[in-house]
Amino acid sequence: MNQSRAFQIEYHQFLDPDGVPVGDLPPLAEETEALQALYRNMVFTRLYDERAIALQRTGQLGTFASSLGQEAIGAGVGHAMRPEDIILPSFRENGALLFRHFRVRDLLLYWGGDERGMANPKLGDDFPICVPIATHTTQATGVAFAIKYRKQPRVVVCLLGDGGTSKGDFYEAINLAGAWNLPLVFVINNNQWAISVPRNLQSRAETLAQKAIAAGIPGVQLDGNDPIAVRHYVAEAIEKARDGGGPTLIEAISYRLCHHTTADDATRYRSEEELEAHRRLDPVPRLRRFMERRQIWSEEQETRLIQACQAEIEQEVRHYLDTPPQKPESMFDSLYAELPRELQAQRQSLLGKEVNHD
Amino acid sequence: MTEITLVEAVNLALMHEMERDPAMVILGQDIGVNGGVFRATVGLLEKFGSERVLDTPLAENMIAGTAVGMATQGLHPVAEIQFMGFIPPTIDQLISHASRMRNRTRGRLSCPMVLRAPYGGGIHAPEHHSESTEAMFAHIPGIRVVIPSSPTRAYGLLLAAIRDPDPVVFLEPKRVYRLMKQAVEDNGEALPLDTCFVLRPGSDITLVSWGAMLHETQQAAEQLAGEGIEAEVIDLATIKPIDMETILESVGRTGRCVIVQEAARTCSVSAEIAARLAEEGLMSLFAPIRRVTGFDTVMPMFRLEGHYMPGTERIIDAVRQTMEYA
Ligand SMILES: Cc1ncc(C[n+]2csc(CCOP(=O)(O)OP(=O)(O)O)c2C)c(N)n1
Repeated sequence: MNQSRAFQIEYHQFLDPDGVPVGDLPPLAEETEALQALYRNMVFTRLYDERAIALQRTGQLGTFASSLGQEAIGAGVGHAMRPEDIILPSFRENGALLFRHFRVRDLLLYWGGDERGMANPKLGDDFPICVPIATHTTQATGVAFAIKYRKQPRVVVCLLGDGGTSKGDFYEAINLAGAWNLPLVFVINNNQWAISVPRNLQSRAETLAQKAIAAGIPGVQLDGNDPIAVRHYVAEAIEKARDGGGPTLIEAISYRLCHHTTADDATRYRSEEELEAHRRLDPVPRLRRFMERRQIWSEEQETRLIQACQAEIEQEVRHYLDTPPQKPESMFDSLYAELPRELQAQRQSLLGKEVNHD
Repeated sequence: MTEITLVEAVNLALMHEMERDPAMVILGQDIGVNGGVFRATVGLLEKFGSERVLDTPLAENMIAGTAVGMATQGLHPVAEIQFMGFIPPTIDQLISHASRMRNRTRGRLSCPMVLRAPYGGGIHAPEHHSESTEAMFAHIPGIRVVIPSSPTRAYGLLLAAIRDPDPVVFLEPKRVYRLMKQAVEDNGEALPLDTCFVLRPGSDITLVSWGAMLHETQQAAEQLAGEGIEAEVIDLATIKPIDMETILESVGRTGRCVIVQEAARTCSVSAEIAARLAEEGLMSLFAPIRRVTGFDTVMPMFRLEGHYMPGTERIIDAVRQTMEYA
């Protein structure tokens, strides 16, 4: 099979940074409710982010990873999925999770250092937040195999960062997804930085989408700050997978407008000019301008939305702060289905002891 | 009842459980058409088809991660790693995910998977084919590590491992794969996990071992009996969590203990058993606990493996020294 092959990576965008269409729009652009849902999710995510950072700064939350500037990816992915689909998120996918059954109180509990944040039974088969980079990509292949084996019309969506694409796990996963034709969509949230390492030091590959080529699956690049593009192409890939068409790799290009986490200081490794240039590409005003031009969004709606989101978030924050702490011995209680006899003595040694929560 | 080898017992258990449990799938390299490099999965593809007997691409980390994903969805994957020397890439998935899926979701998702691998030296295999790194797995909270020592144990313990609701690393002593035959009834009866088996009762000293080393340990016990020393031989079987109750009870009677393992010495399973005996059984000890182990060296290539692996003589020596304490 020594034959020449040529490959091409397509790039898609519907809205320019001012929210002006760059060509024909997909049917989604006519769906007012869908657009407003996307917009609400992005605004909500941003306000939640802000609140979480304030909680962290005041010692009420642990290290937190913001998704400022990348809300279009979470919103687009979350909205494109059906309830029965399964998400395997990285740690920066707040928006997508908020479109699932994750509540703000769950996410705060998690970042607040409490395992119960990932326990909500309503989350169904959705995966907990994955902290080790890219290790969840191979789990996604297993989940996708399971639903294919059971002939369920569900699709798995696995999100990872640009740094994650450098790991063998990622390649092993897309390779298997291709070989087994799994109902699986990988979405790379290319925010152009992996902590302090810029995208061009991560890989010499011109696009991250082209990594799909080696796995024999389609790879596409999107403007990840264009919520309509993300929603449209992710949905297309999901529905193709649902119809037996196999996996797709999507690279959504965005930018991290925040620090890597609350424990990071991005000014150490990138310039204010670079940041400023990317602020102009912000997905939130982009969709707002588009909707305003279409006259499906007004100043008044904006004010009401922000008030409603803030009220909901405050209520959730209350829930979080009022949640009684876990019992110390609970660290034993979900370790095994049944605690081995050998561990019961260890558990006993913790019973009744107070844990210092400072 | 036919007499079968340990590897045939593994095959029988896989066959039995796949027949019984449609949620069970097996995956690994060369496990399908080839039936596995040791033939542990022979005949399964023909019987259960390529939907359930999955030849994977060559990537151990992916095999483990895929098994984790499958298990969270209620499948019961049994993944094979060809040799324990190639098992390190799976440790990430076991430590970071399989072992804690239940815990980090407070039981919402769990990981009923088995990772099987042949382990240990003594078959003149190439480099990286003869490792015994079970202690690395035993250190991980939330998983089980099980090592059978004979065909009957392999059959019963593997059934138990597959039916266990939590992740199990199941290590097969490949030196014993075809060393002995036993009558194994295919009755679907699992043996208990988390429990030692007393292979030989004795009152003078307790010998604890697992996997292939039990064969030298039992030979040593036979010879010692000729000298009037009655050794109790315990098959650890589940090396995580360790059934210390049985060991403490035995040492409580004998007052002496020698632990025999093929693995390197430092931070090993024998170290854990010795520490627990010192903590909880010191008052019944008449003599220091002794360990007969591999050296803290890289597992040598096969010309030297005979020098590395503890033999009957080293075990007998250790017992004699222990018996010298009045
Ligand atoms: C396996 C692994 N190595 C290192 C880290 C520490 N770490 C956390 S986030 C991160 C950068 C990840 O970059 P990327 O994949 O681009 O995702 P992003 O944070 O930009 O969303 C690193 C190195 C980790 N969590 N996991």
